[in-house]
Amino acid sequence: MGIATKDLWVYYDDFAALKSISISIDSKAITALIGPSGCGKSTFLRTLNRMNDSIDGVTVQGDVLINGSNIYGEEINTIALRKTVGMVFQRPNPFPMSIIDNITWALKFHGVKRRRDREEIAAESLKRVGLWDEVSHRLKDPAFALSGGQQQRLCIARAIALQPEIILMDEPTSALDPVAARVVEELLISLKEDYTVILVSHNMEQAARVSDYTAFFLMGELIEHSPTDQLFANPKDNRTEDYITGRFG
Amino acid sequence: MNKRRKLTDKLMTILPILSVLITILPLISISVYLVYKGVQYLNVQFLTELPKPVGQPGGGMANSIVGSGIVVGLAGLIGVPIAVLAGIYLAEYGRKTKLAAVVRFFADVLQGVPSIVIGIVAYAVVVIPMGSFSAVAGAAALAMMLIPFLTRTTEEALLTVPQDVKEAGLALGQPQWRVVLGIVLRSARGPIMTGVMLGIARIAGETAPLLFTALNNRFWHNGLNGPISTLTVQIYNYAISPFTDWNGQAWSGALVLVLLVTGLNILVRTLARSRYSERS
Amino acid sequence: MMQQLHKGHLGRDSSPGAQGEHKQDKRMLAATIQDRAFKHISLLAALAVLALVVVIVYQLTTNAWEAISRYRLGFVLSSVWDPVFHDYGALPFVFGTVVSSLLALLIAVPLSLGVAIFLSEIATAKLRRPIIFLVEVLASIPSVIYGLWGIFVLVPLVRQSQPFFQRWFGFLPIFQGPPFGYSLLAAAIILAIMIIPTITSLSRDALAAVPNHQREASYALGASHWETIKNVVLPYNKSGIIAAVMLGLGRALGETMAVTMVIGNMPQISASLFMPAQTMASLIANEFGEAVSPLHVSALMEIGLLLFLVTLLINVLAKFLTTRTKHKGVQK
Repeated sequence: MGIATKDLWVYYDDFAALKSISISIDSKAITALIGPSGCGKSTFLRTLNRMNDSIDGVTVQGDVLINGSNIYGEEINTIALRKTVGMVFQRPNPFPMSIIDNITWALKFHGVKRRRDREEIAAESLKRVGLWDEVSHRLKDPAFALSGGQQQRLCIARAIALQPEIILMDEPTSALDPVAARVVEELLISLKEDYTVILVSHNMEQAARVSDYTAFFLMGELIEHSPTDQLFANPKDNRTEDYITGRFG
Repeated sequence: MNKRRKLTDKLMTILPILSVLITILPLISISVYLVYKGVQYLNVQFLTELPKPVGQPGGGMANSIVGSGIVVGLAGLIGVPIAVLAGIYLAEYGRKTKLAAVVRFFADVLQGVPSIVIGIVAYAVVVIPMGSFSAVAGAAALAMMLIPFLTRTTEEALLTVPQDVKEAGLALGQPQWRVVLGIVLRSARGPIMTGVMLGIARIAGETAPLLFTALNNRFWHNGLNGPISTLTVQIYNYAISPFTDWNGQAWSGALVLVLLVTGLNILVRTLARSRYSERS
Repeated sequence: MMQQLHKGHLGRDSSPGAQGEHKQDKRMLAATIQDRAFKHISLLAALAVLALVVVIVYQLTTNAWEAISRYRLGFVLSSVWDPVFHDYGALPFVFGTVVSSLLALLIAVPLSLGVAIFLSEIATAKLRRPIIFLVEVLASIPSVIYGLWGIFVLVPLVRQSQPFFQRWFGFLPIFQGPPFGYSLLAAAIILAIMIIPTITSLSRDALAAVPNHQREASYALGASHWETIKNVVLPYNKSGIIAAVMLGLGRALGETMAVTMVIGNMPQISASLFMPAQTMASLIANEFGEAVSPLHVSALMEIGLLLFLVTLLINVLAKFLTTRTKHKGVQK
């Protein structure tokens, strides 16, 4: 069980966004991906649920193994894959529906036929992200009425309602105010009990605070991947050191 | 600046202001006549009764009002789904394909085709095979006018939906059709509904495509396969008739038409401001 | 391999074991098929737009074929239109269409440009909105209502004004003839009113595309407000304005109801603006319903085909002009 890539290359047309990435990511832990913008960390994240499929000109070479199967293999259904691998985006992006429907909408397709069951799962998920007390009395309100931080937690609830194994997070706090970001961060830490979390972060302190492992990307290459305290206290590579001490990026 | 240049400058900047005044003049005149003449024959009878034969006073346009509703509604039933789906193809599936570019081009160009031409084409395609003028033929003609316009409006509306909302749907393991219908279309429903209503308002005012398709009917329509009266054609017939009574009723019909179309517009603008349509 | 991917998920909904997995597989397969089906349905709808073009061209051409093969080029050169003796020539209608539309442009273009200049160069934001709104209202009035107004307001006005023109300019052939009111001039005026919104809003877009630094540069050189408009703003996006005028022309050529109601509908070529005439569109509106002989129908279809081709050509040209300006706008 887990995520591993072997000699992974990703191209945007002729430009190599990821160069020969081989990495093995631990389960039930938070792995932070850091690096200057354009280093390929988001691209890497998006290859893990094949989110790049719909973008023109993207080619993927090499293996991405999740639970032992190559997710770029022929018999893989992206729909099944994305149920296993959830995703949370940079900007909170609730659907134009009520709070409760935001969660139940996807469940319907995944075979939860009875409405009561869907609403029960939604309630569980909202409790899991600590939103239940704030919204239980207004579940039918439009999701856009929530604050930014609440919206982002709703998006997390939406993802975990499908019971994924892995949750990909693309800078989930960068659009939030510091207080809301703090709440989401604490939620993140609690999520690793049940999920494998991969977190792209633009913020090194955040990476240091919440993650168990950190991977440093630079210009499409994976420079270093170690336990977080080790990487920040004792980087093996000079380039990592330069980055974390703020000498560039 | 010398005096002459200053004078020219003053004079020439007055011209645009003058243009605005001249342009507004007919609008004022039309509005005043529409209200002043329109109310004279407007009463309960006008809205609820069939036309009376020549020479008999009274009578109304009830059949034409209902007929317009039927023909325009039917045109919407045919045209809106096709146009919205075509818009989905252009914005979601086709986007950068050559085919989409060609469809876009012709959808734009078709909007300039004279409506009378659409009318005789619909006559050839629907009336001749059916062997009769009909509500269906009128609706087909109007749908032909609606589709190119609404296809482009829908496409533009869909393109405003942010990419990350679509991706959020896909990332939940949903098939694309569900994302398109459940998320993308819903996100853009405000501008799409506005487009639908603008389109409906536009075809509701059309006369030329109906002359040889829906024709007209002095009585209640007899099913959708027979001729049907519409407000616009009735206004036309009464306007060019030599009878003062009918001329007056034409004005009342015109007033009703404008009120219905404006009412529709206001209704939609209120509905479009719906609860979920704004993103914070 | 797939099974491995979804083992153990959403245990809540599906029964455990092989049966649940089987159910999920079926659902995924169904989703793939639905996706493909939906894509093809939307493709079909997009193709319907193209089919519309094909149907229009095919129907007009085949239905007009009898007239086309019989008269060939002579159709547009002959000025006799006689349904009784089965002789059909389109010249009077081509004349009526072209002249009424060009006259309409003559009136509408200066006014539209004036309004557009006012909106983009002179008006304050407060004034701009209501005027844009009024122009939009003008565009939304159904053509039959313009016609109605034309019959009862404009035509009498034209009739009453004719003696005045004849007294002072009667020596000019364009003002001669009996005072009908229903005339080329009435048609041209009503067309002008109807195309002003089109030309105004499109040329306003064209003016809006002129970057502000162009204006500032002109003022910096000491040019006055008007000189800036005339020498910098208007020439900057000429093709956009030409496109606006062309689309206005396209609309005028094909406009049917309002023209039919005020032009008098006489198939004649006359030098006088005050004489009745007839356009291609108004001819179809008047005669198509009563045409019995196949040749008559066919001749009317050919008129429709000509009208279609001309407006198509104008719209295509205008479209090329606007896309060219768009590219220009991006570059600068």
